Amino acid sequence: MDPDKCQGHARCYGLAPQIFEVDDYGLASVVGDGTVPADLEDKARLAIANCPEYAISAIDETGS
Amino acid sequence: MTTPAPVTQWDTDFDVLDPEYVNDPFGIWDTLRSTCPIAHTERRGSTWLPTRYQDVVDLAHDVERFSSTEISVIPFAGDVPDEPVLAYGLPPITADPPLHTWTRRLLLPWFSHRRVEGYEAMTRELCADLIDGFEAKGEADAARDYAQQIPVRVIAHILGVPASLSDTFTGWVRDVLEFADDPVRRVRGVEGLIGFFIEEVAKRKTDPGDDLLSDLLHSEFEGAPVEESLVLGIAALVLIAGVDTTWSAIGSSLWHLAAHPQDRRRLVSDPGAMPLAVEELLRAYSPVTMARVVTEDTEFNGCPMKAGDKVLMNFPAANRDPEAFEQADRVILDRELNRHVAFGSGIHRCAGSNLARMELQMAIEEWLRRIPEFHLADGAEVTWAGGQVRGPRQLPVVFP
Repeated sequence: MDPDKCQGHARCYGLAPQIFEVDDYGLASVVGDGTVPADLEDKARLAIANCPEYAISAIDETGS
Repeated sequence: MTTPAPVTQWDTDFDVLDPEYVNDPFGIWDTLRSTCPIAHTERRGSTWLPTRYQDVVDLAHDVERFSSTEISVIPFAGDVPDEPVLAYGLPPITADPPLHTWTRRLLLPWFSHRRVEGYEAMTRELCADLIDGFEAKGEADAARDYAQQIPVRVIAHILGVPASLSDTFTGWVRDVLEFADDPVRRVRGVEGLIGFFIEEVAKRKTDPGDDLLSDLLHSEFEGAPVEESLVLGIAALVLIAGVDTTWSAIGSSLWHLAAHPQDRRRLVSDPGAMPLAVEELLRAYSPVTMARVVTEDTEFNGCPMKAGDKVLMNFPAANRDPEAFEQADRVILDRELNRHVAFGSGIHRCAGSNLARMELQMAIEEWLRRIPEFHLADGAEVTWAGGQVRGPRQLPVVFP
């Protein structure tokens, strides 16, 4: 999550509240250390694809 | 007021108040996008109209060349009234950084997810009460009897002002936003709003409440109390921005559902589809166009813009751009890729977007729960407001 790009649209939180949280000023962040469980990967992808500010990116650490 | 000549050249002589544009702008945007994606007019001063998603987003992010100090889509006709009490305009929406940055932070916590969840139950109850008033009649004006009545009451609650004055508030807001080219109405709206908030602020100096207005009045910036003219400007902004906009989105959504039985039945049978549907309805019928003023002579994508020119932030057209959305002209309720900019883009993202989204969802859910089958009344005349905010103002529906 790039805090300089996030403008608080909160689309990520709306689509995947298990993965993202938003503070009182609208700034979004990733819950915990940011590792997305396999069963939530689709939701994470959806959140990335809907962010109007292109503020979220994913790193694939499975090597696949 | 004289009636402007009908538009025949949309690329060089557009007019966003032309009835054709107000009633059905979608085809005009499509044509412009493929022939002249940034149109121009000299009507009401030199003004540019982008229609592509990427152009609108780039403009919104370039806050140095494109300032927010003039955001009215329709400039004031006649002499601008002297409003010294509004020395700072309506921050943060009419401000650039740094004033924008800290005034926005005063507002944001009032519209956070947590706060907005707290307004959910009252919003749903309000919707239910309104439906109680017309359900048995089998017909209603879904704009006037329903959509128009919802956001104004929620925002009055947040500001801590009487909901019983809702019709008065709505009148002032419409004067300011929808009748901006009528000097009499515009002045009446501005003076009504400011006069009202001056009195409300005075009351709270001695008797603060647990409301946004009291909070603003007792806030500090860099160790000093926030100036009263700023408090007035921010309060007026909250009312202006929180009423016409969401009401228009609710009205447009009900207009769509009245005419699209498949979509209506989908939402009735599958309430889980609502969150994505709300985003799609916001995309397809984005109500709000803003303006920016060019700060220096410059070129933007081949357009020679002069300092002082206006640029209309055409978020509604951006959201219909086929380069950015598949089948952009179709409403697809479960659209999964939807990076819409109905709430703007960049640092001026609508501060009330969480609230607007919640109100829209509650309004549609409660309507469909009580009135799952409805359609436009036979021969009904649906009328639209346009310019800064587009939405239906008369929407007769029947549910026999």
